[in-house]
Amino acid sequence: MTLLLASFAPPYWLSTLIKVLVVSAVVPTTALILGMVFLFKIMSWMQSRLGPQEAGPRGTLQLLADGVKFLQKEDIAPNGADRWVFKVAPLVVLMSTLLLYVALPASMHLVVADLDVGVFFVLAISSLSVIGVLMAGWASASKYSLMGALRAAGQLIAYELPMVLAVIGVVIQAGTMSLNGIVLAQNDGSIFGWGGIGFPYILTQFVGFFIFIAAVQAELTQPPFDMPVAESEIVSGYQVEYTGFRFLIFFLAEFATAFAFAAIAAVLFLGGWAVPWLPTSSDWYYVLGPIVLFAKVMVVAFIIFWVRFTYPRFREDQLQSLAWKVLIPLALVNIVVTAVLKVVL
Amino acid sequence: MTAISDPQSVAALAAEAVDNRVNLDFETEGMTLNMGPQHPATHGTLRIIARLDGEQVISAEPMCGYMHRGYEKLTEVRTYPQINALINRIDWLGSFANEVPFILAAEKLMGVEAPPRAQWIRTILFEMSRIANISLFLGDFGLQLGGMTAGFYAFRDREWVLNQIESATGGRFHPNFDRIGGLKDDLPKGWIESSHTAMDKLLAFCDELEDLLVGNEIFQARTRGIGVIPAEIALSYGLSGANLRASGVDWDLRRDNCPPGLVYDKADWKVWTHPDGDCFARTWVRLQETREAAKIVKQLLDTIPSGPVMAKVPRIIKVPEGEAYVATENPLGEMGYYVVSKGDLVPFRVKIRSASFNNISIVPWVARGAYVPDLISILGSLYFILGDIDR
Repeated sequence: MTLLLASFAPPYWLSTLIKVLVVSAVVPTTALILGMVFLFKIMSWMQSRLGPQEAGPRGTLQLLADGVKFLQKEDIAPNGADRWVFKVAPLVVLMSTLLLYVALPASMHLVVADLDVGVFFVLAISSLSVIGVLMAGWASASKYSLMGALRAAGQLIAYELPMVLAVIGVVIQAGTMSLNGIVLAQNDGSIFGWGGIGFPYILTQFVGFFIFIAAVQAELTQPPFDMPVAESEIVSGYQVEYTGFRFLIFFLAEFATAFAFAAIAAVLFLGGWAVPWLPTSSDWYYVLGPIVLFAKVMVVAFIIFWVRFTYPRFREDQLQSLAWKVLIPLALVNIVVTAVLKVVL
Repeated sequence: MTAISDPQSVAALAAEAVDNRVNLDFETEGMTLNMGPQHPATHGTLRIIARLDGEQVISAEPMCGYMHRGYEKLTEVRTYPQINALINRIDWLGSFANEVPFILAAEKLMGVEAPPRAQWIRTILFEMSRIANISLFLGDFGLQLGGMTAGFYAFRDREWVLNQIESATGGRFHPNFDRIGGLKDDLPKGWIESSHTAMDKLLAFCDELEDLLVGNEIFQARTRGIGVIPAEIALSYGLSGANLRASGVDWDLRRDNCPPGLVYDKADWKVWTHPDGDCFARTWVRLQETREAAKIVKQLLDTIPSGPVMAKVPRIIKVPEGEAYVATENPLGEMGYYVVSKGDLVPFRVKIRSASFNNISIVPWVARGAYVPDLISILGSLYFILGDIDR
């Protein structure tokens, strides 16, 4: 079977169709998995309650039931809304999520587009979502929405920088910006000649990992950085006027993006789709690659959601000072140290 | 505070705020943000009209009355036992504490005193309802600052106290257990032991919450130095309870002016104050008070005297002519009933002094210059119950 997959070379139209179908199937699936596992089950376990019990075995189908419920709701646009922009905004947010998945490698060849500048691409694309958020906030004709959208914009400017700077350390160490290249560099690498566990970059880039995870929290507007959607302050911010499937799209995009960022973190710091005991050239990765990546994603997602469920939220100005006064200088120091060690060692 | 019955003045207020060029440096227009009556942070139907410059609050006007139920008028057509069931609903999180000052006022007019055992149980239940009330505040405040988990822990561990209240009185939220001259029933079997267990659980909950929330750096960043109320301002606005003690005023009706019928002097406990007067101080004082309340309950449980729980009172209660004001230190602050009787089956007039109404009157003063997120911290830490504001 693995050989079959390796020799599979469809014509261009077919491969394009397959890629479109795969991405549009993977995005809602990952969102469902994260929502189900973390938002429902792990969260209720951490908060000492049961969580959903009724829909499906042990409540596993609850999110599907919720999704169906959302689809039945009326699609309302408020009276003063800029209707066209209001309706397009969730799709813009979803679009940036879909594009994120284009560059994510699930194995050497199981990747929609193996870009040479994959790191650059994912970081650039991920910031597109804020355009949709701004559109949503502006077009909703609600003060709460507008405040939420502006908070999101300010947050993005503050947090794109540390995120990019945190990743630069990895790029320097790997010597490539290709995501697959970074995976190969980690799994074929060795620690002072000992290749037992390859060389996952979290060992050297732990500062970068910490900054990256913090920035991901801000990017996903999750606690402790959930000011753009703070429920108790501005009543869910830019989402407040949305109903039905447009709200569902925001939800899908949020969780699918969480999955994508967890996958990026897994690729950059934990060795991505490969395990060090199996050579990266093995054909088994057609099957094993997605499974290994999924396992690592779950580990990273657990950290992300653990923080989400535990911490209270910062104030907007406190977030800005954390980003500019702590995270960015720390990331810069990390880059300098990495560059020096790269040259010296 | 502006009266809600005046929509013109509300509209004028809003229009004026929009027109105002509030920031003279940037020539930006102000914005009026209407928070409530349906807003997650007002937990109830409080409405706050905030004039903003960006995210900074220029002025905040609380408007109450959306939940006014006319209790003071209703009391004039109800007999004393009926009123007792009604006033449970004022501060619905600490219901039993609402009954006690009213019953004590009626007892004072009638010249009746409850037997010692009833006084002891009254005090224990009073403190338990304080715990039920404040432990929910501690979780709910975390919820308002974005820390979800604390809220669920509070709901989980408050259950211990509610179960005790339920097994003693039959009502989880609205016991209606206090009677003129004593209590409805004696305690059930094994209640004292299970109460000890419940108090131990509550003390553990306080420690857990201190770890999870109050000690958290983000929580402290959000609350320390925010919404500072100096002692003289707090006194001049008539603040009471933990809000006043957090401003450094050592004032507690349980110790200073305990009405006869409650036995706080039989327990060894401490009144906690905090010098800062900010949102953190208010939270911290309430956390300490929950611990003190658990301690009071544990001490009184060990010293309950035996005997009847009901004094001799006539079957049909007619309160002799006269006036009496009795106030107690309720979970939210000073709660008092001024009862005027003309010797009838029903009181002539009852004035209810509830703590939350005075406590939120300071919002316009303290919210000025704060940011919108700080407004949430301030409202959360002032801790009001809507039923207690509007009655």
